[in-house]
Formats: sequence, structure tokens, C-alpha cells
Amino acid sequence: MALKTFIEAIRETLADEMRRDPTVIVLGEDVGKKGGVFLATDGLWAEFGDDRVIDTPLTESMIVGTSIGASMNGLRPVAEIQFADFIFPAFNQILSEAARMRYRSNNGFGVPMTIRAPYGGGVHGALYHSQSVEAFFTHIPGLKIVIPSTPYDARGLLRSSIRDDDPVLFFEHKKMYRSVRGDVPDTDYTIPLGRAAVTRAGSRVTVIAYGLMAHYALEAADVVMDEGISVEVVDLRTLRPIDKETVLNSVRKTGKCLVVYEDNRFGGYGAEVAAIVAEEAFDYLDGPVTRIAGPDVPGVPYNHVLEDWFMVNPEKIADGIRKLAAY
Amino acid sequence: MTTGSAQSDLAASVGLTDADLIAMYRTVALARAVDERMWILNRAGRIPFVISGQGHEGAQVGLAWPLERKKDWIAPFYRSIATCLAFGMSAQDILMAQYAKAADPSSGGRQMPGHYGNAENHLVSLSSPVATQMLHAVGIALAARIRKTGQVAMTSMGEGSSNQGDVHEGLNFAAIHRLPFILVVENNGSAISVPASQELATEHVADRASGYGIPGVVVDGSDVLACYAAGREAVERARRGDGPTLIEAKVIRLTAHSSDDQQTKYRPEQELAGLKAMDALPQFRSQLAEAGVLTEAVEVRLNAEIKAEVHAATEYAEAQPDPEPSTAMQWVYAEEWPSETPPPWGLTGPGTSHDGSGGGH
Ligand SMILES: Cc1ncc(C[n+]2csc(CCOP(=O)(O)OP(=O)(O)O)c2C)c(N)n1
Repeated sequence: MALKTFIEAIRETLADEMRRDPTVIVLGEDVGKKGGVFLATDGLWAEFGDDRVIDTPLTESMIVGTSIGASMNGLRPVAEIQFADFIFPAFNQILSEAARMRYRSNNGFGVPMTIRAPYGGGVHGALYHSQSVEAFFTHIPGLKIVIPSTPYDARGLLRSSIRDDDPVLFFEHKKMYRSVRGDVPDTDYTIPLGRAAVTRAGSRVTVIAYGLMAHYALEAADVVMDEGISVEVVDLRTLRPIDKETVLNSVRKTGKCLVVYEDNRFGGYGAEVAAIVAEEAFDYLDGPVTRIAGPDVPGVPYNHVLEDWFMVNPEKIADGIRKLAAY
Repeated sequence: MTTGSAQSDLAASVGLTDADLIAMYRTVALARAVDERMWILNRAGRIPFVISGQGHEGAQVGLAWPLERKKDWIAPFYRSIATCLAFGMSAQDILMAQYAKAADPSSGGRQMPGHYGNAENHLVSLSSPVATQMLHAVGIALAARIRKTGQVAMTSMGEGSSNQGDVHEGLNFAAIHRLPFILVVENNGSAISVPASQELATEHVADRASGYGIPGVVVDGSDVLACYAAGREAVERARRGDGPTLIEAKVIRLTAHSSDDQQTKYRPEQELAGLKAMDALPQFRSQLAEAGVLTEAVEVRLNAEIKAEVHAATEYAEAQPDPEPSTAMQWVYAEEWPSETPPPWGLTGPGTSHDGSGGGH
């Protein structure tokens, strides 16, 4: 066991997978000599060379589209989109091509490709370096969406993503890259996609979160514990396919469900979680399924006062828990 | 083939045998016969939608012929019937797609007709948003280079589609890395109703090649052997590691854009009347007849074979079962996920009936 930062876990997993499987390649903007703008691919180019670590032109659609083609001809590309905010030029390739290839060809073709992208706010990144984009993609059948919150999970889930035979979008909260540390064993462990984790057991309220919000949910749970409210926290880890069983089991136990996400509230991923809970755990609910999510403005504003106003934090979550517990 | 390995002067001039020329002619003629059958079935109300390759077949066969089947790759487009036939699919495979039957090898009846694809024959499954296949072919070429397989990847599309950003992004990348890639633009002069003069500021799409530092070749799409020669040169160049080629074949669109299109509204009668003179099929036939390659006896035999093949393919496809709703949730992913919920009406109920009317595609 060694204590690693979130980004170290990702970097080492990429290197491990490239050593293990010669068909794994990495491509994206500045991923080569520079090692990526966040250094997630640092050292890969030196070890694996030009053929397997490709600095692409500034063309996101091409990065994804050629990864799709390469994956049909024997490679397992891991594409990096420099910021999740810039994934939209590739949206058509992800939605119309990667996600549908297997279904539309009746299993004739698959797309074993991983797209990594840093997302999230609270880093003075303003509208275009802070977005949570997961809801655009969790809506799409055929994609798998992973958002880990710990170095341990990042490693186990990135391995599974790269080895998966379907396209996986792997979103990494950029605020966690260096601020989150955790134990990561040196073994070749994997964490299966589609499995949530109960990261804190509790009895009165279930909080469902992912990414940075999974940490904030735990902090909020600590705060309200002192006030006598016992909170169970479910860290989804994989958003699609969703682990309904873990979610529903927890809500059936506590009878109360708060969904937390950083993205804009309206139509965000948490809205789907809320709908599932309302439909499938209705008989167990002792209060409304509620949400704490980002406000519905077109982006995270830059000025620190405005950014703090936008961002969901442990206090805002604790407040949501108190209100729900009072029902 | 009765001609064996005989070689006429014509065949020798392009480095092929007479048997090759006859096989090429047969593919052009088969594609036309399949296509004509599609329209008949559409008019008869048997299939709701047709998108045609008539007028493109000569260029498609000539350009696909130099590629090696089951080794090289093609990412086709919706007019690529002749391309698919030249690359290993059968008339039956094409008709199964028209009927969208359960055993349709392109999509199991999931896609509209015209969206061909077949892993076994290295034909990439295509979608409807135009030009996306460009990047798949470039990616296949990238994998070929990295894996050192010696494969070449080709894609084809219309001149209207060639304006899409994916084409620019893909040509740029393929050129930077000198990938074994060929872009074929089948320029039939219009994108549905919009003439090429309103789609392109240059005369030829191929003029753009110089902007990527790659060769751009214009070829007469009614001249099958000229297309073959252009294709072969591009394939050789790609295999040598000298990078991509953009080939623009000037072709004609002999039909409306699709069965949902009324082309007389935007295409003058005169233009339509003049098209037949530029059709590759009769030109290739007389070229081969004059060279003594296509004798009357051979032609009679081919016609009979093609007729029987199209007839059998139609009968077969017509009789095949439709896909079952119980299969409709398969292959969203490689494995099934319990959390992907079926609809409240389940997977066994009958599908909704369809009136067969088109929708302006
Ligand atoms: C992205 C996208 N926009 C619009 C369409 C609708 N559409 C289908 S084919 C077509 C015209 C294509 O023209 P061209 O590329 O010249 O090929 P042609 O059909 O003439 O062979 C259009 C507009 C589409 N399929 N995809």
C-alpha cells in the first residue's frame, strides 16, 4: 500500500495498462512530451514513444472519431479531452457513432475505447474550465460513464474501463487531482463498472453523490452526525449503467433520499436518480426525494464570490440533509 | 469465367486479366440490377425507403477493386451498393438490408436501408450523419500503421458531405502521419437539391488536397478503368507509406436523392435527359465488347445469372422473419445490464404497425 494522489493513481494506471497490453494507446492534445496540461500522462511518451502516445492537433472530433476507427481495427485507445468543457466538438462522434456502433450493427462492431476528461468547478476555471458534462452523456444508451472519487477507485475503475469492450467516458474532477490522497495497493486489482459503494453507513438519510460531491457528502454527514442525524452515503462511481440495487437498498433502509450533484440542477444526472428512487422505492419513502445541485445559470462564474455562490459544498449539503431529516 | 487468364490489350493496359474485367463488369451490372429492384419493391409498397447508387457504380467498382478483400477496410456511404458488392457483400445481403430483416447482416433490421456494414468483409457500419465515417477510416489507417498490418483504409462520400468539419480534421491528421488512407469523393454535382456551385468555392473537391499537402486526383467516374488506375495508384502509395490521397470521381445521380425526394422540382428535365450519356454501365459494356472481352455469349450468360441472383435474393429476403421485439434491447452493450430497464410493455408485445410512408430523408 502506498499513499497516492488522485492523479498519480491515474497516471500509474495508464502506464500499467500500456505495459500490460500493447494495443493500448494514448492520444490527445499535449499528452506527449508535456505529459498533459494536468500531467496525467507524464512520462508515458518517454516510455512508450510516438506511436503509442500521440500529440494530436486541436481537433476533438478527430480525437474521438479516429479512436473509434482504431478500436475497430485492433487497438484500445485512451483518448484525453483536455477539459470536459471542450468535448462538445466531439459530441456527434460520441453520440451518433461510438454509442451506437454495437447496437446499429447488431453486435457486428464494438468500440473498446476510453475517453478521459477532467471536469468540475471550484478551481477558478469560470464558465469554460469548470463544467460538469456528465448528464449529456449519461442520457445516451451505449455509453458507460465513470466518475471515481478516490485514488483507489480511480485505479480500479480506469483498469476496468480500458479493458471494457464498450466506450467508456471517464471523468476526473480536476480539483481532486492533487488534493485527494488515498491508499492504493500495487496489485492488479480492478473494480467492476456498474457498482456503487456505500462509503458511510447510516440510518436516517441516504445521500447519493459522485466525484468531488462524494467527499463533500461525507463531510456533511460528519457535521450532521454531531446533531444526531445518521447519514448513509452512496458513492455511485459508475453513473451508467447505474447500480440501482445499492441505491434502492439504502433508500429502503433510511426512507429518505438526497441526491447531490455539482452540475446545473435542471435535468442533471441526479434528476434521473431521483426519478428511479421515486418510482422504485416509493413505498419506503418518508419524505420527498430532494436534490442539492448547482444553480441553473449557464456556467460557473469566475469571481470567487460568485464561484462560491455556485458551488455545492458540505454546508449546503448539510443544510439539505437537515431539512430532509426534519420531515 | 470462360475467359480464364486470357489478357486482351485492354486488360494488359491496366495490368488486369480479361476475367478481372468481366468480374468488374458483372459487379457494376449486378449493382444496377439490385438497385432497380429496390425501386420496384418501393413502388410496390414492399419496402418503405430507397436510397440509390445508380450512376455511381462504375466509379465505386473501379476504386474498390485495387483493395484487398478481408484485409483492407472501407467505410462506405449510403450510395455504396456497388462498393459493398465489390468488397464481399452479396445481392442477398443488400436486399436483406432493404427489407430490414432479422438476419440482415448490416444491422439486423435496426437501420434504414442504405446503412450498410459488415465486420467480416471489413466494411464499417455507417450512420446517417454524413461524413462521420471519415474519421473511422482514418482511425483504422492509424491502427494499421501502429500495428504494422500493411492495411489500407478507404472511405467514400458525396461532394456535399465533403464540406463537413470531420473531413478537414481527418485529412489533416492522416496527412500529418502519412497514414495509409484514401478519401473518395463521389461528386454527382448536387447534395439533395443544392448544386455543387453552392457547396464549393473551388471547381473540384480535389483542389483542396494541396491544402493538406497530399495529392488530389480528379477522375471521370464513368470510366471504370480510369477509376481503377487512380485507385491502384493511391493504394500503392498508401502501402509504400507515402500517405493519403484524395480522389474525386465525377459521377452522376441517375435517380432522385431518395424515394422521398421529387427531383423534378429542382433539376431541369434537360439535365436529367443528358445524364444517361454519362452512365458508366453502357460505356463499360461497349468498351469491353469492342475489346473482345465481353462477347455476346458471355453477356447473355451474365444477364441471366444476375437476373436469377436478384430474383433469388428478393425471394429469400421477402420470406425471412422480421426481428423479434425480444431482441430489441440486445447489444446496447457487449453484455446485458440489469439496470437498463425494459419499457413497461415489456419485450414480447407486438411491434407497432407501420404504414410504410417515408419521412423526407
Ligand atoms: C449531418 C447531416 N446533415 C444533413 C443530412 C441530410 N442529408 C442526407 S444526404 C444529404 C446530401 C448529401 O449530398 P452529397 O454529400 O453531395 O452526396 P449525394 O447524396 O449527392 O451522393 C443531406 C443533406 C445528413 N444525413 N447528415
